[in-house]
Amino acid sequence: MSHKTVLYAKHVEYNGKIVDFAGWMMPVNYGSQVDEHHQVRNDAGMFDVSHMTIIDIVGERVTEFLQYLLANDVARLTTPGKALYSCMLNQNGGVIDDLIVYYMRDDWFRMVVNAATRDKDLAWLQQQAESFALELIERAETAMIAVQGPQARKKAMQALPVDVVEAAAELERFFGCDCGEWFVGRTGYTGEDGFEIMVPESEAAALWDRLSDAGVKPCGLGARDTLRLEAGMNLYGSDMTEDTTPLVSGLGWTVAWEPVSRDFIGRRALEAQREAGVPQKLVGLILDDRGVLRGHQKVVVENVGEGEITSGTFSPSLKKSIALARVPKATGDSCQVEIRGKLLDARVVRPVFVRDGKPVV
Amino acid sequence: MSEVPAELRYTKSHEWVREEDDGTITVGITDHAQGLLGDLVFVELPEVGADMAVDDACCVIESVKAASDVYMPISGEIVEVNELLNDEPEIINSSPFDDGWIFKVQPSAEQELDNLMDADAYQSEIED
Repeated sequence: MSHKTVLYAKHVEYNGKIVDFAGWMMPVNYGSQVDEHHQVRNDAGMFDVSHMTIIDIVGERVTEFLQYLLANDVARLTTPGKALYSCMLNQNGGVIDDLIVYYMRDDWFRMVVNAATRDKDLAWLQQQAESFALELIERAETAMIAVQGPQARKKAMQALPVDVVEAAAELERFFGCDCGEWFVGRTGYTGEDGFEIMVPESEAAALWDRLSDAGVKPCGLGARDTLRLEAGMNLYGSDMTEDTTPLVSGLGWTVAWEPVSRDFIGRRALEAQREAGVPQKLVGLILDDRGVLRGHQKVVVENVGEGEITSGTFSPSLKKSIALARVPKATGDSCQVEIRGKLLDARVVRPVFVRDGKPVV
Repeated sequence: MSEVPAELRYTKSHEWVREEDDGTITVGITDHAQGLLGDLVFVELPEVGADMAVDDACCVIESVKAASDVYMPISGEIVEVNELLNDEPEIINSSPFDDGWIFKVQPSAEQELDNLMDADAYQSEIED
């Protein structure tokens, strides 16, 4: 049942330790997860993200469709190549997936969704798109490499084909450019600058080697997780699911309430939750004591109630443990976390720990 | 390939055991185990003076990835712990059989040592 990306042989060649991730045989590290983490914070690292699903949505009514499908509003995208982060909700306001959508042309948007949710996402898209006469084209023949870090763009330029370099050099943050069969987005999941490069499968292995020659080091899913958590970026399935709304998941900023006339899927449920009072919030936790915060540990807030850690890890940049946690709305700036039967004090902070290589807490 | 020193004995749960001249037993985790866990970030050492039975979970080691228990390879009293690991748990990654030792036990039932594996048996155990 395990799928392999077109770069699987490269992972083995570069001594990747392979694990099963959502049915994909992916490298968790190539030696040291912590070294790879620092490589991205200080220099440049690359991740194979070919397991993620790229879907082109094409047709005259595509804008209208996405305005109905997504909680964020694609009408905010007025310049070709601009990217938007959004949740895709069910009727109850629960999160089916989080995704990035690029505005390519008036009749063409490109969407990147999670690997673990591919099947249900495609089924949902097809079901919702039925009356819009659209074409949904999965770009399974396209590999994707994320190059991230302060030196990522400079080093990637040395590895990209000349015509792609020209377009990529001009990119502002959160924009992408279509270069024929290639596509480069100035996006990522690490809190660092960089590119996400979509490349035809036949050219992916050669690009990987050229990036390596340019000094970009391979990094596995382990470092990807500590990097995204330090950056305060949610992980689907851990920090939000179909049973939680964006409003209790730290993603209220991605819901476009205006214009009020836009009737997106889940809107009524979100409005009802907002009117009734949002019961919880997603916060950052820092453990100053020794120990490691992990997903599902219980959070106790004195005189307020209880919550739960949704993602936790040891932060290689801060050298202490950090977490995202869903806690009662009235939680102040401290709480306790139960670790192996003991209650340890933790600080409650805005859930961004590191940005552009610098601690922000 | 993981290192498996010939002079040590081993458990199925990947602890190694060294018999010292003073009659104590030094315990750590194997090279194979540290490789599986990845970068270690925290060790919760057992308490000196604690009396433990064989197979008791006596210590927790956490890597970036996960927490896992260390089990007593033999019954006895904890007589010393490697305090260095409080500040530098990554020593277990770099030197699992020497500087990365975890604790010492004064055994109360030395015959339990006979239940442990020798290097050859452990080697084939981790190759499966």
